[in-house]
Amino acid sequence: MKVTIDGQSIDVEPGTTILQAARMIGGESVPPAMCYYSKLKGSGGKCRCCLVEVSKGSEADPRPMPKLMASCVTGVMDGMEVNSISSERVTDARKSVTEFLLINHPLDCPVCDQAGECDLQNLSFKHGKSQTRYIEEKRTFEPEDIGPNIQLHMNRCILCYRCVMVADQLTDGRVHGVLDRGDHSNISTCISKAIDNEFSGNMIDVCPVGALTDKTFRFKSRVWFNKPYNAHRNCDKCCGKTTVWMFGNEIQRVTGRKDVYHEVEEFICNECRFDHKDVNDWVIEGPRKFEKDSVINANNYTRNIAPVVIETEEKILLGREEDRKKISMASRPLRPEETEIFKEGNV
Amino acid sequence: MGKQLLLDKINVPGIRTYEVYRKEGGYASVEKALKTMTPDDIVNEVKTSGLKGRGGAGFPMGMKWSFIDKKSGKPRHLVCNADESEPGTFKDRFLMEYIPHLLIEGMIVSSFALEAHRSYIYIRGEYMWVYKILQNAIKEAYAAGWLGKNILGTGYDLELNVHVGGGAYICGEETALIESLEGKRGNPRIKPPFPAISGLWQNPTVVNNVESISAVPWMILNGGAEYAKIGTEKSTGTKLISASGHIKKPGVYEIELGISVDEFINSDEYCGGMLNERPLKALVPGGSSVPILPAHLIYKTANGEDRMMSYESMSDGGFASGSMIGSGGFIVYNDTTCVVRNTWNFSRFYHHESCGQCSPCREGTGWLEKVLHRIETGHGREEDIDLLWSIQARIEGNTICPLGDAAAWPVAAAIRHFRDEFEYHVRFPEKIKNRDHFVEEPFEKVKHLLAKATV
Amino acid sequence: MDRTHRIHQDINMTPELMATINELLSHYPEDKPKSALLPILHEVQDAHDNWLSVELMDKVAEIIGIRPIEVYEVVSFYTMFNQRPIGKFMFEFCQTSCCATRGVEDLMDYTCSKLGVGIGEPTADGLFEVRGVECLGACGYAPMMQLGDTFKEHLTKEKIDQLIDDCKAGKVELHYKVNHG
Repeated sequence: MKVTIDGQSIDVEPGTTILQAARMIGGESVPPAMCYYSKLKGSGGKCRCCLVEVSKGSEADPRPMPKLMASCVTGVMDGMEVNSISSERVTDARKSVTEFLLINHPLDCPVCDQAGECDLQNLSFKHGKSQTRYIEEKRTFEPEDIGPNIQLHMNRCILCYRCVMVADQLTDGRVHGVLDRGDHSNISTCISKAIDNEFSGNMIDVCPVGALTDKTFRFKSRVWFNKPYNAHRNCDKCCGKTTVWMFGNEIQRVTGRKDVYHEVEEFICNECRFDHKDVNDWVIEGPRKFEKDSVINANNYTRNIAPVVIETEEKILLGREEDRKKISMASRPLRPEETEIFKEGNV
Repeated sequence: MGKQLLLDKINVPGIRTYEVYRKEGGYASVEKALKTMTPDDIVNEVKTSGLKGRGGAGFPMGMKWSFIDKKSGKPRHLVCNADESEPGTFKDRFLMEYIPHLLIEGMIVSSFALEAHRSYIYIRGEYMWVYKILQNAIKEAYAAGWLGKNILGTGYDLELNVHVGGGAYICGEETALIESLEGKRGNPRIKPPFPAISGLWQNPTVVNNVESISAVPWMILNGGAEYAKIGTEKSTGTKLISASGHIKKPGVYEIELGISVDEFINSDEYCGGMLNERPLKALVPGGSSVPILPAHLIYKTANGEDRMMSYESMSDGGFASGSMIGSGGFIVYNDTTCVVRNTWNFSRFYHHESCGQCSPCREGTGWLEKVLHRIETGHGREEDIDLLWSIQARIEGNTICPLGDAAAWPVAAAIRHFRDEFEYHVRFPEKIKNRDHFVEEPFEKVKHLLAKATV
Repeated sequence: MDRTHRIHQDINMTPELMATINELLSHYPEDKPKSALLPILHEVQDAHDNWLSVELMDKVAEIIGIRPIEVYEVVSFYTMFNQRPIGKFMFEFCQTSCCATRGVEDLMDYTCSKLGVGIGEPTADGLFEVRGVECLGACGYAPMMQLGDTFKEHLTKEKIDQLIDDCKAGKVELHYKVNHG
């Protein structure tokens, strides 16, 4: 089947979704996806970030689709033509969804362990605005303890349902779910039950935001200060193939190996994730590479980093000095003769 | 007096019971359909009738039936949508409460047409007493041999049950209803696949409104062509209208589609005119989701033609100057009504009823409500009016199900037609802080103040 | 935090209740017992002072053969299921457009001040509670409220006075019985 996205054509198998086809093409046309996860059955369609315009339904029925379609759950038809980044309607919709996802988000990236590998941060960077139009009080939830391994921050959740699907599809008994409804829907066990079964840790890896983070890594480091290595061990429960996040010789965190769309290549078990923080437990394969614009590369050790020359450094420093003079406050009321001296900054 | 197909027997004493209903000719359509017609004959009659689904969306019922997947060989289901929750609508409850066997009769014939052997009536939980009435009526129908195995010796089996909801407007959306019928949260499904292919328990399913199904027995007895003669060319048949608000005689009326709005509001046969003779200010003709119409667009369309109670006339002018007949929830407002307060009220409803599954609706409906509440309580800012417009535009069309549109349209229409009232709220906050504002002092009397106030 | 209040509830799955549950289960295919969840929850709640504790929800899950979380999810989604004890006579006033334009707000204020409670607080004797709900489908008969299985419509202050007296005197039946009179 032939499908054309933003003018780029590709042949795909029947049953492929528009999003999958776009990922095969790659580049700017790939719609962002906050809830779709290729390895979780039934995921997608909820966040509405990946809306695209279908300008031609198919060769057989060339009519355009009147509404924007969620590309992650819309199958391609032969001859379909799709506008993604090339359509203003689509980019407007992405801006809209980004705004909706952010109005009640706490924007606490500075204290969030997900910062640096957060899909919502990336989405906001691309489609968000630095001002908010939301002056109302943000929604908050009572904290809930879901056990020693996983930290739940409901205020950050965007209700992608991925963690619920992980529990349904990878573990033998789901104990958490989505409770309540509307804008007070929340991820909870209802009875503060610890979520502990062999694969529950994957909830952390699939969470697109900082709602589910690794409690054993909590506040240990910013992710970009860690050095990620591919590593493996013989595990009788899972593939044993992980990324270990190191600080010096210490393994601070273990995760699945995430691809360019931040999906894990293979799910891992809780033992690998939480119980093996000793370097000797692992065979280190080598550095894990991340996509070009990931902030994790800020501490990149896979290539040489040339010293940074800031040509305007001198002017910046001068400006700072002037600002310092302007905003400085005297520690006591000044006598008239002191005022001028103070203004000059000679204090 | 217009033709009555659904309510003609409603005043017969005891019509709620099987004995009386049967004596009055009830269940005759089942005999005719099962003994003399094929399922396809029935589908064709319904197609010929031109009946548009009475739940609100107005999709032709016969066409919906023809989409059901019969090839896969999977069991098929008919589900009756009795989750009537659209503000302003209370017609299905009236039918089910007073003449429950009519719906059951319609369910049997329709199930036979779809070759379904297990059908359900999904009723909202708040209609608990109607649920019990229906349960009882179904028992009566089983006892009389209209349901169960080998009905009338024709070899056709049908199990019909009534299922009760738990309080959620969203379950009126057909896929959310199916989820709820499966014992889950009422989160609408992503379409496609449509229920006609994969619905209840992944089986092909048709979901129809109570009023639509109740019209089927008449069509079977009198023919779809006869049905199509009633009403107008594009709006065939009769329609139940739930009339409420500031009118003399609120209630459920069966009208022939195509009578004028003027006649409906002012004649003694229907609403009986405005309550206390106060002037008409606005009309929501088809339940809370449809655009509100200002006084000058109620009796006449923008072209100066008479506005009729029909699908095409009600939507004449598109959203710029028209509305929709929707579910027939006809709410009339007089001059004491504050449109801003009413819009906030509707927004609160949608905020409360959003299922929370997709982001634009989950976040947007709450935002709309909060901004409207601020304006209504005297804390609005001039830019809030444009902000409201922008939020609603960002929700509309971007959600999984139509609840997002339903939340957006009333806000858009209120701003489109009553922007000056929003401006008045923003510029004279002290005047509107009293909950009863506009009651003694309708907007018309204070409108002149706006001309003096500059931003 | 445990979001349930962990208030004790006596669970009594009487043979009559179990028979009703089994009948409801028979309305659905044998391999789809979960479908009966909502009707069963209504029956179980009715038989247990109109609310559902965690233990009771767990019991329902066990009977149907589903996980407890599946029951919690559903109970918290629908407004008619209560997760804490509520007043015996719950006055649920419809607040949506038609009822609002026909004066329901004043009636709610009146009822609350008469009972000496705020919205959502049961009276000290546990007899009454006032709640505001969204459209109940009685717009033509506004203002109105739901009380038990039925609706009280065309309300006035006098009717509310009478209703409160009747409730106190035990003259109000909360459960509807089909009666072909």
